[in-house]
Amino acid sequence: MNQRGKISSQTPQLQLHSPAPYHSLVFSISKSHSQTRPLRFSQPPLTLSGSQTLPAAVALPRLSPSPRLASTLGFTLNPRVASPPAPFSWPSMAASDAPNGDVLIRNAFGSVLAFLILLLIGVLAFSIRLFSVIKYESVIHEFDPYFNYRVTQFLTKNGIYDFWNWFDDRTWYPLGRVIGGTVYPGLTLTAGTLYWFLHSLNIPLSVETVCVFTAPIFSAFASWATFLLTKEVKGVGAGLTAAALLAMVPSYISRSVAGSYDNEAVAIFALIFTFYLYIKTLNTGSLFYATLNSLSYFYMVCSWGGYTFIINLIPMHVLLCIVTGRYSSRLYIAYAPLVVLGTLLAALVPVVGFNAVMTSEHFASFLVFIIIHVVALVYYIKGILSPKMFKVALALVVSIGLAVCCAMVAVIIALVASSPTKGWSGRSLSLLDPTYASKYIPIIASVSEHQPPTWPSYFMDINVLAFLIPAGIIACFSPLSDASLFAVLYIVLSVYFSGVMVRLMLVLAPAACILSGIALSQAFDVFTRSIKFQLPSLSDHSHIDARDASSENIVPDDTIKTDKSEDTPKERMTKRSKKKEKEPVEKPPTKFQIKKRLSVLPFEASIIAVILLVLLVAFYVVHCVWAAAEAYSAPSIVLTSHSNDGLHVFDDFREAYAWLSHNTDVDDKVASWWDYGYQTTAMANRTVIVDNNTWNNTHIATVGTAMSSPEKAAWEIFHSLDVKYVLVVFGGLVGYPSDDINKFLWMVRIGGGVFPHIKEPDYLRDGQYRIDSMATPTMLNCLMYKLSYYRFVETDGKAFDRVRRTEIGKKYFKLTHFEEVFTTHHWMVRIYKLKPPKNRIRGKNKKSKSKTSSTTTSKRKGTRRNPF
Amino acid sequence: MPMEEQPHFRVPLSLLLFLSLFLLPTSFSSTHDLQILNAERRIDLTSHIIKVYLTLKVENLGTSPASEVHLAFSPAEAEHLAIVKAAATSGKRKKKTYIPLDVKSAELPDGPNGTKFFTVTLLTSLNKGETATLEVLYILTHSLEPFPVEITQSESQLVYFRDSAILLSPYHVKEQTTFIKTPSTRVESFTVVDPAKRAGTELKYGPYEDQPPYSYSPVLVHFENNNPFAVVEELEREIEISHWGNVQVTERYRLVHAGARHKGAFSRVEYQTRPDATGVSSFKHLLAKLPPKVHSVYYRDEIGNVSTSNLRTDYRKSELEFQPRYPLFGGWKSTFVIGYGLPLQDFLFESPDGRRYLNFTFGCPLTQTVVDKLILKVVLPEGSKDPTAVIPFQVDQHLEIKYSYLDVIGRTVVVLEKSNVVPEHNVPFQVYYTFNPIFMLAEPLMLSIAIFLFFVASVSYLHADLSIRK
Repeated sequence: MNQRGKISSQTPQLQLHSPAPYHSLVFSISKSHSQTRPLRFSQPPLTLSGSQTLPAAVALPRLSPSPRLASTLGFTLNPRVASPPAPFSWPSMAASDAPNGDVLIRNAFGSVLAFLILLLIGVLAFSIRLFSVIKYESVIHEFDPYFNYRVTQFLTKNGIYDFWNWFDDRTWYPLGRVIGGTVYPGLTLTAGTLYWFLHSLNIPLSVETVCVFTAPIFSAFASWATFLLTKEVKGVGAGLTAAALLAMVPSYISRSVAGSYDNEAVAIFALIFTFYLYIKTLNTGSLFYATLNSLSYFYMVCSWGGYTFIINLIPMHVLLCIVTGRYSSRLYIAYAPLVVLGTLLAALVPVVGFNAVMTSEHFASFLVFIIIHVVALVYYIKGILSPKMFKVALALVVSIGLAVCCAMVAVIIALVASSPTKGWSGRSLSLLDPTYASKYIPIIASVSEHQPPTWPSYFMDINVLAFLIPAGIIACFSPLSDASLFAVLYIVLSVYFSGVMVRLMLVLAPAACILSGIALSQAFDVFTRSIKFQLPSLSDHSHIDARDASSENIVPDDTIKTDKSEDTPKERMTKRSKKKEKEPVEKPPTKFQIKKRLSVLPFEASIIAVILLVLLVAFYVVHCVWAAAEAYSAPSIVLTSHSNDGLHVFDDFREAYAWLSHNTDVDDKVASWWDYGYQTTAMANRTVIVDNNTWNNTHIATVGTAMSSPEKAAWEIFHSLDVKYVLVVFGGLVGYPSDDINKFLWMVRIGGGVFPHIKEPDYLRDGQYRIDSMATPTMLNCLMYKLSYYRFVETDGKAFDRVRRTEIGKKYFKLTHFEEVFTTHHWMVRIYKLKPPKNRIRGKNKKSKSKTSSTTTSKRKGTRRNPF
Repeated sequence: MPMEEQPHFRVPLSLLLFLSLFLLPTSFSSTHDLQILNAERRIDLTSHIIKVYLTLKVENLGTSPASEVHLAFSPAEAEHLAIVKAAATSGKRKKKTYIPLDVKSAELPDGPNGTKFFTVTLLTSLNKGETATLEVLYILTHSLEPFPVEITQSESQLVYFRDSAILLSPYHVKEQTTFIKTPSTRVESFTVVDPAKRAGTELKYGPYEDQPPYSYSPVLVHFENNNPFAVVEELEREIEISHWGNVQVTERYRLVHAGARHKGAFSRVEYQTRPDATGVSSFKHLLAKLPPKVHSVYYRDEIGNVSTSNLRTDYRKSELEFQPRYPLFGGWKSTFVIGYGLPLQDFLFESPDGRRYLNFTFGCPLTQTVVDKLILKVVLPEGSKDPTAVIPFQVDQHLEIKYSYLDVIGRTVVVLEKSNVVPEHNVPFQVYYTFNPIFMLAEPLMLSIAIFLFFVASVSYLHADLSIRK
């Protein structure tokens, strides 16, 4: 908006030059803009009563200009490049008094175009995620979403207060779970609000429908947030590119297809939006955005445990800015309110509570908080004292400040060191030390999404972005600003995290999109500029065109809308423009022009490069659509296979859950491996022993022990837990690989971790896990084997297991303590009922007791150790 | 049919009620003047819906003309009676014509042990010495009692049927015969009341002669019946009319297998490898007969689509063959929803007086099922007034309000409730209402105004100067 004055002052001049060359106009704008940089932040585009006092203070300590830093880094910067992304302005109707109407129309056209593109990107983000609904059905996917769905159902039925107080007795029997205090409520509350809103308009969508479509809606929001963030970093062109890339990045699609109703679905939006507001505050120094930022951070804390990424990344960025001499009041405004307000707000979320100040994940932010205050103090004193006095004061303050800091750090370190896990949660620790989980916490290591990713998964999940990221990083450095520094830091950290856990690929995806967007748009910029410059038809106006071309990448900055600055009074505009005119704006940028001319590439090379880039992007699009359609849209509770006679549907899970829900008593307890806990409670509405919220390792180990024990011992464990039905998943008949037999070693490991009489080597023959005739007797007699393969031999006469591709070891056996009550059509889920305890005959009882005492006593000890 | 007169029931029936009250005294006098010359009963036990065809030849012995014939039912029968239909026959053999007669419940003072009566009103009253032939069809549900009560997967289902060898009647019956048809030749036992004999799938009781009024001779037939005992415990059908061209039907079923309860293990391997020998009384297919031109059919339950269904459509009817998620054994339950859309012009008509009426089929589209409780909701478009339902038999009805897409005043819902519904209840019924087509535009207008206001607000906001500092 500060260019608007420029427009009116420059246009007459332009009319003399040429028939209204739009680009040259814009060029002059950019030029002026680059010159006025130090003042840029002194004019917050958004009028905010609270922030009005800031600008004067902000303008002062611009002591460390970035060129200095850049030169130390070995970059030579021309003045134009040194300009940070343009502040955003509406080329608005307010300026309609400007003489050049044509330009205004073009500007308006540009912003409308950008708006439409954004709208289409939103539609794209939403609709690319509907493959699962179209190919399968509108249904909740996988495991965790079922829990979220169930919580949402509870919320919409019983209201918010009951939700906070909800003690769920249908899971973790007999312990139960305090859902209200242990769940991140952001997603649930979002969907609940959506539901209430729709129902207040009498739109009778079911809770399920709302839940299914929450993720795609928030993907659209996330791509818009990406646009905003990237625009702050590198301008509108990069913003649009990054938004388009994010709209269809497979990594994010994998977590946000319709039906994937998981925390990440809204959390990624919250993450990007928080970063956007941070950068926005950093660029404007507006307290308004700082407040919004902490609210957005609060929403992120509500949504996902991954908020610790924000509260570590932002302090790191702040620290980096301070260290590289980029401290400014804007940085202070961006950071200090976030820590204070954000921490207060975060502590409001029950699941976080005092963790917001107690755990090590948050200490970095407090440390940096102290540091930034020390630095602020130093700058303040520097401002009020004469340079000589300052030197004295500096020595004093720095030494005292350092002493205080050291003392605090020492205290903190002492506190942290006193706790066994050093104050870090298991998952965070395994991020810092990737081998930690596999060494100490098998329950975290057993989850597939906590494994380190393989190289193909990078290619699968971010595809060509992996190659564009380096280019993006370079582009970020070429005019290094606070914002682009943030982008670089973001990508570096998220690459590391994604390398530790495949799940955190999700955090990498937005960073990859932002940097690739920057890279792509800059590359297109260079190439199209070169082409335009050399186009024969335009060669007559070569001089102007050169200026055109060189300024082209700034064009969108001005064309794009952002803030509703239309309402800003014209008086201010003129005042500002007056101010601007005082600046040495009108310096002829001759040197700069020459440089630009040099950066023009050969015509043919540019054309080829553009074509190649388009091909690259096309490949990305094709890959994304393929990934969305084929790889990530399966709901995993319904499986399909294509055979010669068409599509075959395996709907066994729901068959079993429906059977349980209709044909067992409502208070019956169902035991299964924890993977199926959420689904059982949500779909079958039966009480489970363990579920996917793996908060009690001992309880899970108890179930694992039961599954790996012989029948009688298992029956005793289950009976002591009041279990009536045991559910196992078996893929041997149809070749469904992620069944319980394949997960069985984890059961043994987790069980053995708590109850030492379960030893992993007993289940392995020469270190190999096998279920054929070479398997160990312990393996062949454990409950999981028996329940999986009971009467399996009668299906084909050979008992050939299609997952393990072998005939099973023990084919004919009877169950003595369990009874098959239901097996689904493809045998994928088998449900057994515990037989009632037999009447004991005295003499026999004694005998059998003495016989089994050796085996059961150890077992008994084991069971006694757990709390019930 | 257990009928209680509902005070709020509409014109035609209240008129009949009034008529019947008026006629009642004359019928008392004629009770003992009638005599049944010949009664033939055919009881069809092949499914769990028991159909009894009764042919009565009635003669008037008294002096005064008789216009009504009473049918008597034992309390057990009356409790399970779904429908009673009567027709007068005339002509012989091939030229036989049936004229349906009015049937309604009645009270007779001299009925023993809580006997329930129904009155058939004849077309023309019988004068002294005249005879008339009546065909009566009545349907019993839940009258086959599984014994043994629990069976394993490999056993077949045996049931008891209790009835009387002699027709329960307030009249003297000169000659009567009862035929019982069983689904298979396997009959474990039956009470012998001489003369009684069994041939193939048919049991014959009678002929018995000169039985006095209210004679009763209980018989018990124990036989095999492996037909699916599909019972819908509750069916809620919602018929939503949209004047934009669609009738949307949503049917929520709660299905149960009401036969002998399943006991012990369910072995899938046996069920799959020996389908003839195991689980013979279980069922896994159901068939729904839907109207023609049905579109957007879905079949799902509370946890998602059920993927096993098959729709066959032609110009006369549509058939939806579907499977519940799992085969239903005795006592197993399942719930599901079937929904479909229908073209409006096939079901909505304008009556001569300018009102509109919906003409739809009552009852349950599933074949061979009993519905214990049917709730039929006709959701009229927003702004409809004065709804009246016209149904050939008695149902409970009341009105509700439903709010759906952007409704402001809500839609009137005519709720019809009936218990013990059998396929014979699938007859057309009408719901009349008045509707002003201007209401069709209400919601589009609302939306356009809302969007317009939004833009006006945006424009004015962008032009307004809200800042404090100038």
